[in-house]
Amino acid sequence: MDEENLSKGIRGSYRTIIVISALIVIAAIGSIYYFGEPQDELVEVEADTDDPNRIENGIHVRTGFVDAPGMQETVNNCTSCHSAQLVIQNRMDAERWKSTIDWMQKTQNLWDLGDNEDIIVDYLVKNYPVIDKGRRVALKDVEWYELQN
Amino acid sequence: MKRRFFIEKTALASMTTLLGTEIVLGATMPKGYTPLALQDPDPFKLFSKDTRMSVLNNKPWNIEAKAHLLDDKITPNKFMFIRNNGIVPEKPDSKTWTLTIDGESVKEKKTYTLEDLKSKFKQYTYQLTLECGGNGRSEFDPPAKGNQWTIGAVSCANWTGVRLRDVLEDAGIKDDAVYIGYHAADIHLSRNPEKEPISRGAPMAKAKQDETLLAFQMNGKDIPLAHGYPLRLVAGGWPASVSGKWVNRISIRNKEHDGPKMGGTSYRVPCKPVAPGEKVAEEDMCIIESMPVKSLITYPMSGAVLKKGQKLNIRGHAWAGELEVSKMEYSIDFGSTWKSCSLDGPANRLAWQHFSATIDLPGEGYYEVWARATDSRNEAQPMLLPGWNPKGYLNNACHRIAVKVA
Repeated sequence: MDEENLSKGIRGSYRTIIVISALIVIAAIGSIYYFGEPQDELVEVEADTDDPNRIENGIHVRTGFVDAPGMQETVNNCTSCHSAQLVIQNRMDAERWKSTIDWMQKTQNLWDLGDNEDIIVDYLVKNYPVIDKGRRVALKDVEWYELQN
Repeated sequence: MKRRFFIEKTALASMTTLLGTEIVLGATMPKGYTPLALQDPDPFKLFSKDTRMSVLNNKPWNIEAKAHLLDDKITPNKFMFIRNNGIVPEKPDSKTWTLTIDGESVKEKKTYTLEDLKSKFKQYTYQLTLECGGNGRSEFDPPAKGNQWTIGAVSCANWTGVRLRDVLEDAGIKDDAVYIGYHAADIHLSRNPEKEPISRGAPMAKAKQDETLLAFQMNGKDIPLAHGYPLRLVAGGWPASVSGKWVNRISIRNKEHDGPKMGGTSYRVPCKPVAPGEKVAEEDMCIIESMPVKSLITYPMSGAVLKKGQKLNIRGHAWAGELEVSKMEYSIDFGSTWKSCSLDGPANRLAWQHFSATIDLPGEGYYEVWARATDSRNEAQPMLLPGWNPKGYLNNACHRIAVKVA
């Protein structure tokens, strides 16, 4: 079944929900205009309600992946068993991604990725680079509040 | 995570009704069908978690607390972290649930219903600290793969059940027994029924401790589904992965248990210290047993602004794996000087201990309050990250909060 037909099938069975969701989406878009700045939460409102390949603000809405070369291969091969969140929260160099893939193939039923392996590893290394943390990171993003005794 | 998936939420409305009653999802459920009620993306409703909890991963579910959410002396379900390796079992039924004791070193393979366990053996309740081996992983550099836990993958609830020892002895333990391994009803992420997501265990000495339970209650009620309903092995003070959820079989082994996530690099650290980023061969990785000494400041939440002259009351919990915490200190000058906190004894062995202190901050400005626990063998928490390891386990570096006097 091609994606469009599949998509139609899903739409058919969830018609009522889609109508409700559409109203919510319209309200959300309305509020984006009303409040000016688009907010993350509202952008993601549309997740799963429509096109599984929708990209907004450079983010693949369904998975949260950054839209860049190699994303589709990553979505197709890396999100059927576990969520994209597990990938996104990790930061590794190419060698360690490859050894992770190797571990998943040996123990977790991951298939041979063929030529896609390099495409996926390149995508991850470029878009989710390792951040130097040193031996201890300073406290940041502190939300200050008045402490009542 | 602040995502909103309205379509699932709408669907959830009808499914929560399902969850509210007994989970009666027929045994003949089509393969590959995931009941929305159990895998739905609104984990807060689904697992009765506080919405301030952080979702690290929704497949499998991995959710952690924040320091200030762990302020209760006994952790309630709503603030208890979830660490799943596989998919939550889809039809746990306490009426038909059985536990089988088998393995090379069992004298007689035996199967018990939950009712058998409850009626045949004496019941005990202990408050037990369960901390994920990877709690604190997010701080390691170079980074370690896996869920990037910060500080919230720890809990200390009351668990009620029967002693594992009593059940093992009822089946009979052969002299050559060295380890127990659990098997459970969760489902592998690949949905291959031949594969177990996780099957870990402990040496006989840990299995036979008074506090090692086959639990059917948490905080006086049936164990919540995400935490192992209807039966969970609970082995406090060790990586929480030893405390297998949804347990239906325990094998008494004549060798170290070899189930998934016992071997390789899982729940193991280098036997000898290594430099950050160094490659470690699998045979040089050793199984984690007792967790290290650690503490959390659970009050106040980081970011408190005080008035000049206002005293700062802090409190929190400290724990030390198999050991007790013998000393608790705080510093407001980045470790130049340390002052004592008052420290309670544990409710029972393997329960966390509560500490508190009243701090006079010397004047206006920015401070950090650092907390440091020392265990009964005189090992203290490091202020910096402890020894790097490939999988990012055992980060017991001091917790600290930011405070200002304005």
